[in-house]
Amino acid sequence: MKSTEAAIPNGGAGAAILAASVGCFALGILAVAADGSKAAARLLTFYRPTGPLSGVTTTTILIWVAVWVAGNRIWRGRTIAIAKVSALSFAFLVLGLLLTFPPCEDFLLRR
Amino acid sequence: MQTTWRELVTAIHGMMFGGLFLMTAFAFVMMLYRSLAAEGPAESGEAGRHWDRIYLIVMVLLGWGAVLSGTYVVYPWYRATAPAGVVNLASWPQRLLLSDPHTAGWHELGMEWKEHVAWMAPILMTMAAWVLMRYKEAVEQQRRLRVTVAMFALTGLLATGVAAGFGAWINKKAPVAGGSTIALAQDRK
Repeated sequence: MKSTEAAIPNGGAGAAILAASVGCFALGILAVAADGSKAAARLLTFYRPTGPLSGVTTTTILIWVAVWVAGNRIWRGRTIAIAKVSALSFAFLVLGLLLTFPPCEDFLLRR
Repeated sequence: MQTTWRELVTAIHGMMFGGLFLMTAFAFVMMLYRSLAAEGPAESGEAGRHWDRIYLIVMVLLGWGAVLSGTYVVYPWYRATAPAGVVNLASWPQRLLLSDPHTAGWHELGMEWKEHVAWMAPILMTMAAWVLMRYKEAVEQQRRLRVTVAMFALTGLLATGVAAGFGAWINKKAPVAGGSTIALAQDRK
């Protein structure tokens, strides 16, 4: 069973999982940055009616897609240790979730 | 029977895109968790796999439709700044919520969380759908991969739930309204 599992390439799947979690983490970091710094908020205002949220989400998408494309190029067709990728991805995902939660954001920004 | 343009668009954002995304995401997560309990790989013919793909693509499109319509159409109406001297803030939902300490939390916690966490849902569901479509064999054979995809999809569903729940509640407290009037049916005489 183990040899069968190892023989099936899962690298592309791992790259997609890791990229999604990095995207969520980036979303959290950018949300805190836009909330905590007026300069960052100005920089992230890509579309004035939406405000900094436009830049936060657009940059998140760009980071997510870039990591996905790069990861897919490296891991596609390969069999990787999915347990390690999963653990790392969960860490990024949980951090991203915490950073978007306003009480955590306020704690970090000491408000 | 009338509505306004902004109410109609908000309903399309929340009920059509958001509501349908929540339902399809819930069914998707249920399907993933059911597959974890299954004894072996589920057998489905070419037609079944075709419909699975269509379902996943529609789910993902609904998710992106919800966040894009919310962020770029409804949210600007929500956060618009009221002109100086305006007393009735009914047309400026964010200002209306912040004007009362009893409702300010709906913006400071609800909208501040919703506007960001909502974007995680389509990212996570796009990943989950893509992995299932592209790496179906690996997902069926490797339980660890299946569990990871299921956990991420569950997180996406929870993010959708937070966004949808706060969205519905905030729109009850301070509805997005205004714009041209649309007659949905003839008024009773």
